[in-house]
Amino acid sequence: MKTKAYSVYILYIWLFLFSFLPLLLVLAVSVLSKDSNKLVTLPLTLSNYAGLFTPVFAKILLRSVLIALLTTGLCLLVAYPFSYFMIKSRHRSLLLLLIIIPFWTSSLIRTYALIAILKYKGLLNALLLKWHIIDAPLSLLYSNFAVISGLVYNLFPFMVLPIVNNMERFDFRLLEAAQDLGASRWAAFTRVFLPGTAAGVLSGCILVFLPAMTLFYIPNVLGGARSILLGNLIQNQFLVLEDWPQGAATSAVLTAILLLLLACYRQQNKGRAR
Amino acid sequence: MKRLGQRFFLGLVLVLLYAPIFILLIYSVNSAKFSLQWQGFSLRWYQELFQDRALWEAFFNSIALGLCASLLATVIGVLTCVNLFISRQKQHALYLLLLLLVIIPDLVLGVSLLIFFNLSQIPLGFFSLLIAHITFCIPFVVLTINARITTMDPNLYFSALDLGASRYLALTRILLPLLWPAVLSAFLLSFTLSFDDVIISYFVAGPDFSILPLAIYSLVRAGVTPELNALCSITFGLSMVLVVISHRLSRKTT
Repeated sequence: MKTKAYSVYILYIWLFLFSFLPLLLVLAVSVLSKDSNKLVTLPLTLSNYAGLFTPVFAKILLRSVLIALLTTGLCLLVAYPFSYFMIKSRHRSLLLLLIIIPFWTSSLIRTYALIAILKYKGLLNALLLKWHIIDAPLSLLYSNFAVISGLVYNLFPFMVLPIVNNMERFDFRLLEAAQDLGASRWAAFTRVFLPGTAAGVLSGCILVFLPAMTLFYIPNVLGGARSILLGNLIQNQFLVLEDWPQGAATSAVLTAILLLLLACYRQQNKGRAR
Repeated sequence: MKRLGQRFFLGLVLVLLYAPIFILLIYSVNSAKFSLQWQGFSLRWYQELFQDRALWEAFFNSIALGLCASLLATVIGVLTCVNLFISRQKQHALYLLLLLLVIIPDLVLGVSLLIFFNLSQIPLGFFSLLIAHITFCIPFVVLTINARITTMDPNLYFSALDLGASRYLALTRILLPLLWPAVLSAFLLSFTLSFDDVIISYFVAGPDFSILPLAIYSLVRAGVTPELNALCSITFGLSMVLVVISHRLSRKTT
């Protein structure tokens, strides 16, 4: 028995109208020219893309990628052992809930909460002074350090959840088997456990890396005037400079980078499945 | 000894994860205005917060928007999942569209909707926000409902039909009661997503319609104040309650 799924078409139409079509419009606008009254106008041009081959843009792109990479690395460094201890723990479901809560709550508020800790007369400086680790308060806020702390703090659950998900499916008897067959603990870890959980690590890295480049409010709140990342650039181009074609071109390039990364990830996964 | 080390590590990370929020909470009930010093418990900042008419307006706007968006997203998601379940059709194009929506960064979605609303002459305000919020909630609804519905047996529905139930009856008496926890969980998650969204709303809100996350954002950029600490504590607490309820519900389903 087969029934026609009419109401599925509501979703089709919705997604087409409000996500697919707008994304196509970004591409369309990215080859139009700027107009001060109507925002965009003909003639078609590629100058918006050419505008991206400037030293200023290259610098911002490079800094965004570096900061996103650093964030991803730091998250992974903490999240991998954390996930391992977590699934070994008796309080696994409670720990999972504690990781899920920040995942769903406002990351803007959690970013704001960091200001009180990082500011000049904030908690961290007060503690460091009290313990005589430093003699004068450090200016931690409005720096790349603050931006990276904010990103790591906000994106940490995105790294933990896929790794935990992956480790839960890992058959830990494989480790015993490896050791029974004469592998050292280190060898069992690097040759069996690490490859076995690499898929989770990769998804985690992507889930952290992508938003790290686009969460514009974190550099806006914690960063200084010079910590402009790709996300801030796009936000500026659209809402401050009102140069939509340039902003659309930047968005298109950003999306292309991300899709390329995802394609690599899929290819990697396919290779492993075979 | 080894277990102790593990517990210490787990504890340390969780403390780091939650400490800023707790400190925020403590500052919000500290009667001192600027200093780090504890000067006694006081609900003064909450009282001052409650007198802010503009914030109340933003708060109610956010609640209304969240309820409408999550309700409609849930209805669309449930209809789709139930229909796919009953018809047993594979809709690859649909999954691709949903996947696209998930992997596109919020920023790009916000920008693209801004362009779309501008070109289609839809004025920025409640309506544009509603469309945007429903759109980014839909993938999470479909994901949550699908996780539950795929564990169910389609024959439950077809036996009900065979036994003489109308399609409406089979849906409301058999499928929906079984799906109920997942539906509620999807609804609550959508609401928190909508209630906390900054990035997409930032682009499509327009100047005349204020919602809470954007109001908080503009205050945050102005700097730390005790009133803002109180506001953030309340908002965070509200989302936390919803997440815990939704987590309970979704665990009940499995």
